[in-house]
Amino acid sequence: MDASAPADAVARLFRAEFGRAVAVLARTLGDVDRAEEAVQEAYAVALERWPRDGVPDSPAAWVLTTAKNRAIDRLRRERSLREKQALLARDLEEAVADLPTEEDAIPDERLELIFACCHPALAAEAQVPLTLRLVGGLTVPEIARALLLPEATVNQRIVRAKRKVRTSGIRLAVPPPERLPDRLAVVLAVLYLVFNEGYAASAGPDLVREDLAAEAIRLTRVVADLLPREPEPVGLLALMLLQHSRREARVDPHGELVLLADQDRSRWDAALIAEALPLVRRVMRPRRPAGPYVLQAAIAAVHAEASDASDTDWRRLKVLYGALAHVSPTPVVELNRAVAVAMADGPQAGLERIDALAAGGALDDYHLLHSARADLLRRLGENAASAHAYRRALALATNDAERRFLERRLADAEGR
Amino acid sequence: MQYILLLYDEEAESMKQSEAETEAEMQEYFALDEALTEEGLNKGGEALQPASQATSVRVRNGEVMVTDGPFAETKEQLGGYYLIDAADLETAIGVAQRIPAARKGTVEIRPVLKFD
Repeated sequence: MDASAPADAVARLFRAEFGRAVAVLARTLGDVDRAEEAVQEAYAVALERWPRDGVPDSPAAWVLTTAKNRAIDRLRRERSLREKQALLARDLEEAVADLPTEEDAIPDERLELIFACCHPALAAEAQVPLTLRLVGGLTVPEIARALLLPEATVNQRIVRAKRKVRTSGIRLAVPPPERLPDRLAVVLAVLYLVFNEGYAASAGPDLVREDLAAEAIRLTRVVADLLPREPEPVGLLALMLLQHSRREARVDPHGELVLLADQDRSRWDAALIAEALPLVRRVMRPRRPAGPYVLQAAIAAVHAEASDASDTDWRRLKVLYGALAHVSPTPVVELNRAVAVAMADGPQAGLERIDALAAGGALDDYHLLHSARADLLRRLGENAASAHAYRRALALATNDAERRFLERRLADAEGR
Repeated sequence: MQYILLLYDEEAESMKQSEAETEAEMQEYFALDEALTEEGLNKGGEALQPASQATSVRVRNGEVMVTDGPFAETKEQLGGYYLIDAADLETAIGVAQRIPAARKGTVEIRPVLKFD
């Protein structure tokens, strides 16, 4: 790395080491707040030195050493201020000083930190910002921009959550086996939420938000690597990689949304797909029950493996959506299943499923139900009914790009 | 760390229990008491008389106001508590989920504030 590393390159490099240093220090200090402060101070030093002197050979060791020294300085100041805590502060000082700083010897306790940040005892709205801050190393202004929230709001949520971690005795630990499935589900939901925040905005010009998708992939990779026996983190990682591989093809040059069937597949990111497909094969095993992320990844993989939309293996998608509907029986999954059935067995079979779903009422306000229904009616040659369904969809859609798409389809159905 | 576990459930529902159900629940609480003591977590705990037996006291401008009833009228009432000594919140949650009241009502975990 040349010595003139610009500030955002330093930020990116530092971010990769942030969570590991916070985790190690928080465990030793028994306090995430102090740990974060020490690592943040180390960041200020890095911003000053790395561009001038070059990036150190082992950034991980440099970050932990510098943060350790800042933590010890802080403890010494407190020791002189508060006689009563002097003994405790000295013990902590020694414990911090004893932490190893050779790259290979630094323990990786980021998983423990992630479980603490996504603890269900913390407010749901605080889990995403706290994870991005402590594990991801994003600053409060970066998080605020990425989540489209005021900085003061983000700051307040993080401060409150850190206080609760400390006062309520949330330990940095992987939960006991009997609680692992539930707690892992929260962690993965938080990571997928981070990803979707970035993904949903990739149509816009705001690069910070697209960064967020990459950040979610990075953190999910940490969880998947550190919990190698759990299939769901691997499934989520593959799902994110596959969705991210389509980001260039999702919007046309005018910013219009492009449907999966109409995307230019040569613009899909082949490297991401090449990484994701073996992951899917690793966790999608016959006769082993698959969780929702593994199944969604397997579904995305079917699309990734098709050379064009007409080559899609709809029979396999029908089976996968059936399995997904079994483990996460939501109306939206049922709707997607109905579309797969229509593609595999013909529009009439799909329409019957959609009509049954519509009769349930749960998705009556969901524009995609009406547009899917309209599409099947169109393919059955029922133009008047199709136009009627497109009008319902239009009345419910709020996204401009989607509205324009539906208007074009409505005009076709009306023969205009 | 010390935690107090506050046991809330609907008194009206408990009143509807049969004698046998109440007895079975009592036995469950006795067994839990013993288990928590053996595990070194138990620092005490009591069942409370119903909220209808509560008396609330407020002092405003030196004037003492005594009223009938609990601090707040809620659907679920405070019916008892445990004080436990646990390593962390995870352990406290583990205890809370074993309390019969958690199945019918809610167990609220509050860390005890220590001044030291």
